[in-house]
Amino acid sequence: MNDVSKAVIAVDGAKVSFGAVKALDGVTLRVMPGECVGLVGHNGAGKSTIVSVINGGLTPHAGTVAGDGEQLERYGINAARARGVRCVFQELSLCPNLSIVENTRIMHRDLGGFGWRTRAAKIIATSLDTVFPGHGIDTSQTVGDLSIAERQMVEIAMAFSNAGTAPRLVILDEPTSSLDASLARQMLDHVRRFIAAGGSVIFISHILHEILETSDRIVVMKDGRVVAERQAQDFDHHGLVEAMGSVAKEDAGQHSSGGPSTAPVVLSHKTAGLPFTARAGEIIGLAGLAGHGQTELLLALHATHSGNWLPERDPRVTFVAGDRRLNGVFELWSILRNFSIASLGDLSRRGLILADEEEAKGADWKRRIEIRTPDMDNRILSLSGGNQQKVLFARALSTRAPIVLMDDPMRGVDVGTKQEVYTIIRDEAARGRTFIWYSTEMDEVRLCDRVYVFREGRIMAELAGDAVNEKNIIAASFEGVAA
Amino acid sequence: MSPVLRLFGKPWIWSWLAAFVVWFLTVTVSLGGGTLGLSQAALTFAAFSIIVGIGQMFVITLGPGNIDLSVPATMTLAGTVALKLMNVENGMILPGVLVAIVIGLVVGLCNYSLIKALRIPPIIATLSVSFIVQSAAIWTNRGLRIKPPSLLADFTTSNTFGIPNVAIVALLISIFAWFLLEKTIYGRWISAIGQSMPAARMAGIPVDGTRLVTYLFCAVLASVAGYLLACFSGGAALNMGSEYLLMSIAVVVIGGTAVAGGDSNVPGIWGASLFMFLVVSMLNTYGLGAGIRLIMTGLIIISVIMLAGGRRAGMR
Repeated sequence: MNDVSKAVIAVDGAKVSFGAVKALDGVTLRVMPGECVGLVGHNGAGKSTIVSVINGGLTPHAGTVAGDGEQLERYGINAARARGVRCVFQELSLCPNLSIVENTRIMHRDLGGFGWRTRAAKIIATSLDTVFPGHGIDTSQTVGDLSIAERQMVEIAMAFSNAGTAPRLVILDEPTSSLDASLARQMLDHVRRFIAAGGSVIFISHILHEILETSDRIVVMKDGRVVAERQAQDFDHHGLVEAMGSVAKEDAGQHSSGGPSTAPVVLSHKTAGLPFTARAGEIIGLAGLAGHGQTELLLALHATHSGNWLPERDPRVTFVAGDRRLNGVFELWSILRNFSIASLGDLSRRGLILADEEEAKGADWKRRIEIRTPDMDNRILSLSGGNQQKVLFARALSTRAPIVLMDDPMRGVDVGTKQEVYTIIRDEAARGRTFIWYSTEMDEVRLCDRVYVFREGRIMAELAGDAVNEKNIIAASFEGVAA
Repeated sequence: MSPVLRLFGKPWIWSWLAAFVVWFLTVTVSLGGGTLGLSQAALTFAAFSIIVGIGQMFVITLGPGNIDLSVPATMTLAGTVALKLMNVENGMILPGVLVAIVIGLVVGLCNYSLIKALRIPPIIATLSVSFIVQSAAIWTNRGLRIKPPSLLADFTTSNTFGIPNVAIVALLISIFAWFLLEKTIYGRWISAIGQSMPAARMAGIPVDGTRLVTYLFCAVLASVAGYLLACFSGGAALNMGSEYLLMSIAVVVIGGTAVAGGDSNVPGIWGASLFMFLVVSMLNTYGLGAGIRLIMTGLIIISVIMLAGGRRAGMR
């Protein structure tokens, strides 16, 4: 089975280290034709690094890469693409200022010459139609105008498209993180079709049931090593969590029944659909299909309740970004500065920053939320994506703002951390903080006391208490209660 | 990392090295004669670029597209109006300073109003304000050259303990600017805005307020520099600010401040300002013609930026 000569790509004993951090510590991985390999592990386990080795972005410091039985000495991104290796990144990688068609041209080097626009438009449209039937995306649109879910769809379709060099191995690095359930289903179905036609897929996701049902073989990574590798049917949900070394309790997440419906209203907002209100101590979910106005509501709430001209002593709202590249991290700064920026008012006297208090607070939150770094003075970009997200969480939670807005913040965060953050959210809510939480994951929506379901920019339904369940939410987001 | 290596990691070290090399070459040619004079002259003339450059640096730190091109006109207007108001009387020195500062505030306010209300890119907004300000200067000046009050003229042209007084003023302003950037919330805010405006907004930073203050600060520093320069050179002239347009941007860039914003440093401005003056005087000492001199200045600046920029990219 694990025959090197047949493998599309075989990595042997790859070691990669960034400074003192060993990202890969001798990883061996083979991908056979017609096979979907699931790759799971905590944030910082080395998943993204092994992907970079396979797609040619990183040369391992030790170990070899072989393709179709031959050792690949000078293996780079172009060599990888020529072999049909394609990648969908966790961080979206399309050029936002170009149209979808132009981005297609960039991806496919063989698309040059007269009439490339027509050909590129045809290729990407065909691929979008195959992967996401009924997608409704116009390929002449600029990528920057697309919602984050649409961008992700285009990126996935791009990876599966064929312009001369057929894709043989497609690497999907958390491809469903911005997609809602129905789009994710379409994509997973396409993955199975692609596998059945003899293609190979490496599939990385934190959503375990997706991995379990889509993969043929599952590889579990931890601290830069492969700790378990079995056929998918030999794993179950519990076994996977155990193999990752996560101590999280299963099903820790049931929403608090009833909810404090008599608490004072802290926020109300007029929208196109039902009115939006929030009470102290409530966890409010914004559900519905991805990109149907949930993020817009959060931005509007933030804009109306925070000042743009004068500094505020007591901020009313704070925000946890989901698109952390766009409105989350400050890339030039250290972890500590990224953490403290929102609560500087509390860490200063007459405009002067108190360095000692800043450091103490940073150390405290590093412990509380387990940010994996030897030193908070390291640059924020030295952290893995999930750990950056933890820093953004700590940034918002460490303010005194009574209302926390969350824009699908759990993207790319591992299971263990999610459980920790859920616990923190529940504790803070019990103390009277209000959370307004947009999430694309049903498990998270079910944690909420009350849920607003969105469709086409309008609030279509309000569910509370025991009515918050998958069936009701899906029903409301597809039909709308008013209809 | 050893201390020496760490020093070479600082972005400002290159402008200082360049300034020192040029100083050394000039002094060697003149065989040690006039070393003190050269150093004092360098400090005096650098002082004006430092004051203007610090203001420009704050604006550039706000991120891509942010720049203040009204600096030369502001200097000219502040210089002319202040000298006219003081009318060679020593008793009017303080009102003169105040008028210069008010002019700075008004220009800064106009700049940001255009940028914000009409959504004009800063490069165009500040350039158009600059036309209005320059015309105002021409209108008030009417070709008269009014001398500065004697106390001020003495102050700006003399030394304290061998250090030119204007350099001391520049040093005080630099310390203040460094303090703002490194120790205050405001410094963190402009750096955050320069790295990502949406992220700064979502982190609860009052983005518009911070940007307004920064444009005001830049214009006030420009008018203070104009005031000092007019007193130093014995009267305001209509073209006195013109060389400071390129100068204020060049010292920021050579000084190692990130052109893309978010990362600034004050010591680099000093190295770069000294370097800019010393290059010209070195080429003068070598007796080169005006044309060759300008070409050489350009080439030297480009090579310093390449050297410093290349190094920094490698350090990342």
